[in-house]
Amino acid sequence: MTTDAILKATGLTKRFGALAVLTDVDFLIAPGEAIGIVGPNGAGKTTLLNVLSGAYTVSAGQVAFLGQDVTALGAADRCRRGIARSHQIPRPFGGMTVFENLHVAASIGGDLTGAAANRRCIDSLELCGMLRVANRRAETLGLLDRKRLEMARALATGPQVLLLDEIGGGLTDAEAAELVVAIRAINAQGVAIVWIEHIVHVLLQVITRLVCMDAGKILAEGDPAAVMSDPAVIDAYLGPGSHSSVAA
Amino acid sequence: MSILEIENLECRHGLLIAVRGIGFTVNEGEILALVGANGAGKTTLMRTIAGAHRPAAGRISFDGKDVTALKAHKRVGLGIALVPEGRRLFTGMTVEENLKVAGAHGRKGDWTLDKVLEAFPQLKPKLKARAGDLSGGQQQATAIGRALMTNPRLLLLDEVSLGLSPLAVDQVYNSLSGLMRGGTTIIIVEQDLSRALAVSTRIICMLEGGIALEGPAAALDREQITAAYFGLNRGQKELA
Repeated sequence: MTTDAILKATGLTKRFGALAVLTDVDFLIAPGEAIGIVGPNGAGKTTLLNVLSGAYTVSAGQVAFLGQDVTALGAADRCRRGIARSHQIPRPFGGMTVFENLHVAASIGGDLTGAAANRRCIDSLELCGMLRVANRRAETLGLLDRKRLEMARALATGPQVLLLDEIGGGLTDAEAAELVVAIRAINAQGVAIVWIEHIVHVLLQVITRLVCMDAGKILAEGDPAAVMSDPAVIDAYLGPGSHSSVAA
Repeated sequence: MSILEIENLECRHGLLIAVRGIGFTVNEGEILALVGANGAGKTTLMRTIAGAHRPAAGRISFDGKDVTALKAHKRVGLGIALVPEGRRLFTGMTVEENLKVAGAHGRKGDWTLDKVLEAFPQLKPKLKARAGDLSGGQQQATAIGRALMTNPRLLLLDEVSLGLSPLAVDQVYNSLSGLMRGGTTIIIVEQDLSRALAVSTRIICMLEGGIALEGPAAALDREQITAAYFGLNRGQKELA
């Protein structure tokens, strides 16, 4: 996988003052892969996403995308190269329609104009099940559609890697199932997915590799079922010794 | 005899539904542990029981009385006290002032400043210190002491071990053990499952705003709780 990596992070460290939130993290994503990231509160998951997307600069380490060093690039430049993200709390552009939200992404993040931009927006809306609300003002959407909009807008930039931050939080089972269908469809088109999610049973329906973080480091990674039954992972969530009967 | 009854409780934060129509009862003298992943709805539930968050639907009864519409300070007067996540002390006031403010606004009862200091002896030398200058463990002891000064019949402890050193956690739980043996009704949110199982009589595991598992602590094993915590059984069913 090392040679095939589309995104490769090496030795990532992020400090806020004296507090190290990420410590020497290595992270690889293969083209079209679907990776889940879990971990208890404060593990460094969102910070990792911020560092990969360029929202944060690193204190140490390197991020390479398609073989090129992008460590010094900000989020906008990385987005144009093919790394897009959604936020945990949806941030639609208020006062604009859903379509216009996507058009901003397609034209600024995806460098498209005219019919090509329109086509990208329509395709992205279709993939995320949002065509029916294309002309609705974004601020009038319910929670599920706001989450879909986050995803569709990121998709409209034409990413090769899509970073999703807790996009399933707060949804009903039925809504989460709809979201799973959309994310699977995006992944099936060859877009690599990195998905942080607390709702593990939803995550496991999409991903093929799972990474568990704790205290700014990668605690375990690999086959999702194996990671979720790893005693160290259970202890990280539920306290020392919690794995004992599970492992037995 | 039940002291707290929750019926069809739903709590929202804007568009987000944090607690989804749950119901349970708590008997007098019971120690109920709430466990669940981040975002499961535990803190919202605790705040709603305390009156710090207004529910979107449902009913909360305390000692047979409907308190759903009652404001937080009125619930304190009835005997519901919350030790909030993050402690929320009056940081510019001394420890003594924090405790006395609570004492002046709570119920009358056995808990006095002296009794709180007996339960939390680490606070004795810190009475005149600003609460904001204390260590995490001392702040947590002050927060619990402040709640006790209101003479609660139902004590809500939200993540009392969060951010504390293992030694400080032990100290806090040592102090709480007397309280727990003494018959005070307690609902505790605790991430450390071993600790939750050790101190509680009953466990409720929350998942995505609902109750994924509920039962006597002695009857539940860690495997059951872990599966409910991550929703793994449900995920497997959905995948099938």
